[in-house]
Amino acid sequence: MAHFDEKAKPFSHQWLNERLAIDTVKKVMSSEYWIPKDINFLWAMGMILAATFGLLVISGIFLLMYYQPDTAKAFDSVNYTIMTEVGYGWLWRHIHGVGASLVFLIIYIHMFTGIYYGSYKRGREMIWLSGMLLFVLFSAEAFSGYMLPWGQMSYWAGMVITNLFGGFTPDLAGGALNFPGFVEWLRGDYVPAQAFLSRFFMLHVFLLPLAIIGVIVLHFATLRIPHVNNQEGAEIDFEESARLYKDGKKKESKVIPFSPVFLSKDVFVMGVYFILFFYLVFFHFDFAMDPVNFDPANGLKTPLHIYPEWYFLWSYEVLRPFSFNIGLVAFAFAQVAFFLLPFLDKSPVVAPASRRGLFHIWFWLMIIDMIVLSVMGKLPPEGAWNIIGFGAAVVFILLFVALPFITKNEKKA
Amino acid sequence: MKEFKILAIVVFFSLVLYWGVEPFAHSQMHKHVESNNFIYDGKSDIAEATAKIATAKEVKKGVVEAEAKLVAKKAFWAEVAETAKLKGDAVAGEAAFAACMGCHNGAGVNMGGVIPPNLDHAGSLYDKNYLIALVKDPAMASNTDHKFADTMMHPMGSVKAMITTPQDIANVVAYLTTKKVGKLTPKVAFMEACGRCHTNKYGKMTPLGETPSFKTEKEALAHNIKVLDEQDLIKKYMGNLPPDLSMMARARSEHFMETFVENPQSQLAGTSMPRTGLSEKGFEEVYAYLNETGDPSKSARTPLGIAVLIFFGIFTVLAYLWKKHQWHDLH
Repeated sequence: MAHFDEKAKPFSHQWLNERLAIDTVKKVMSSEYWIPKDINFLWAMGMILAATFGLLVISGIFLLMYYQPDTAKAFDSVNYTIMTEVGYGWLWRHIHGVGASLVFLIIYIHMFTGIYYGSYKRGREMIWLSGMLLFVLFSAEAFSGYMLPWGQMSYWAGMVITNLFGGFTPDLAGGALNFPGFVEWLRGDYVPAQAFLSRFFMLHVFLLPLAIIGVIVLHFATLRIPHVNNQEGAEIDFEESARLYKDGKKKESKVIPFSPVFLSKDVFVMGVYFILFFYLVFFHFDFAMDPVNFDPANGLKTPLHIYPEWYFLWSYEVLRPFSFNIGLVAFAFAQVAFFLLPFLDKSPVVAPASRRGLFHIWFWLMIIDMIVLSVMGKLPPEGAWNIIGFGAAVVFILLFVALPFITKNEKKA
Repeated sequence: MKEFKILAIVVFFSLVLYWGVEPFAHSQMHKHVESNNFIYDGKSDIAEATAKIATAKEVKKGVVEAEAKLVAKKAFWAEVAETAKLKGDAVAGEAAFAACMGCHNGAGVNMGGVIPPNLDHAGSLYDKNYLIALVKDPAMASNTDHKFADTMMHPMGSVKAMITTPQDIANVVAYLTTKKVGKLTPKVAFMEACGRCHTNKYGKMTPLGETPSFKTEKEALAHNIKVLDEQDLIKKYMGNLPPDLSMMARARSEHFMETFVENPQSQLAGTSMPRTGLSEKGFEEVYAYLNETGDPSKSARTPLGIAVLIFFGIFTVLAYLWKKHQWHDLH
């Protein structure tokens, strides 16, 4: 057993150190957690995500105090109680709505930063995979939260998405891949109703946030050993650089400590981000709160256009232009495609995409294709939109199929 | 500087995406309906009747009827325009108005589907041209004549037999537009123009007016039953219970509501909702009421928003100074 100084005052530095090793924890987690110096503001997206998640949790707690998960009361508890009767209820709701949208914008920026700089391979696979797991959990969190105001879009989006779990059409493979009753089991009813709302409420306020917090911890942990990538993809001798830094040769050292140096830049970027965030909260929140969802849920009246929130549009459009069975396969592919990235990229090179030849073209094609998919996913599936959407969905799949071949050649070159 | 270049790229793609899924997608999803600036001259009705002839020709059915309808619409609105030129005599109009009092008496009794509206503010709420058209032929004026083509009679149809000559119509309208012009408030405007059919839960409005507070549960239940009875009659007349308007201010754009009020058929072809003929002023008041119940935080947002942005402006400047200090000896 370790040595404990009997004379140490309770809760004094020494007392805590003997019990919790606070000096070591501080070193490992911040003052000697080394971050490459050669980074740009895109490296602050992780902290911005953490801050946005924090805002979502805090605003969510306030909303939870007044929200009623009851199909007869849910709509009014949100639109009347919270928006009219609760002091600053509107502020919490708009923070929650805008935050839910912006968290995805930042997730996408964070993801594409990782892809651009090759930060998902050569020892960083677990960072990527845990990050993708977070993306899936955030998607589930967003979807379950979208059900709660019990508006027209909540109801019909819930109907459309749960329908996908019924499997393939019964005429395929003698119905072996059709799951009759599964959709009803999931909903707890034939249509989205009370059981459905209660379940999604539980998922949204308990199980999913809990899982998210757990995976955030895992995501941070995966980062600690392989360290953060840098702008040039350079391999850094962290021990050597750390020694230089601690010797006061900061100019020669390639690293900085997480706190306070890296953090000071994060906080500045966060400040800029919060200006945008609160500008949207107060003056431009409409993009995050679809007007259709201000009509109460009505199972007898299908809205003219049903579409998901903007951050799901690209994967929705990989589903929609195909016939049902093929669309389901394509949709499933779109959900897992990004998980496979570290294994589809056959090149050992860790460098910005701009220095990786064909991969550079692949990267920008992917960005443009996903934007095209998103726009087509919202437009009504008619005429030219359908054709463009179909083309973009095929391009999306082909891009992933082509990736191993593109990157294999890179190795030779 | 490299960071600005990266920022410019991030901002550019974010804005392209925003433009594509918001302004662009919405412009493609909803057909654009031109506003008629609250002028009720039958322009859109005639355009609709013209379009229907083309449809009838396509399916080779009802062409004669469609052509006859266009002639009727044109003639009707031409006569309205003629009547509008006459100088009305408000005194003579008041005498003629006695005929209206049989129904528009504030008794709150349902007649043929709805409770006839109180006309105390008719002169301020409704457009003059529309009032002329309404007295002349209520179904044609409200552009719901398709509902009354066969067996059903417009509940206000009897006015056609009571006030007949253009001069009589001009007189009654002159009376309404000079004498029935009490001060409008948003709530009164809503109650008179929308409240006979629509509820506004958050404003405690039912077709029976504003719900008072009751001392006992029994009284409250008795009132609720009265409301439900009234709504049954409305449902029977309209075919469907008209939606609650509490949240309409956020569910529809102002432009949608303006054009919808001007001519419901333009946004929702075949709807049983009549044109209400609101004047620009009348619409403003109704819209103000819908905002009171649907978007009550509107006025609080701007001042607080400015304060919060100033806070984060200062926060960002201080954070920048701290960053500069931390990084000054690194390069």
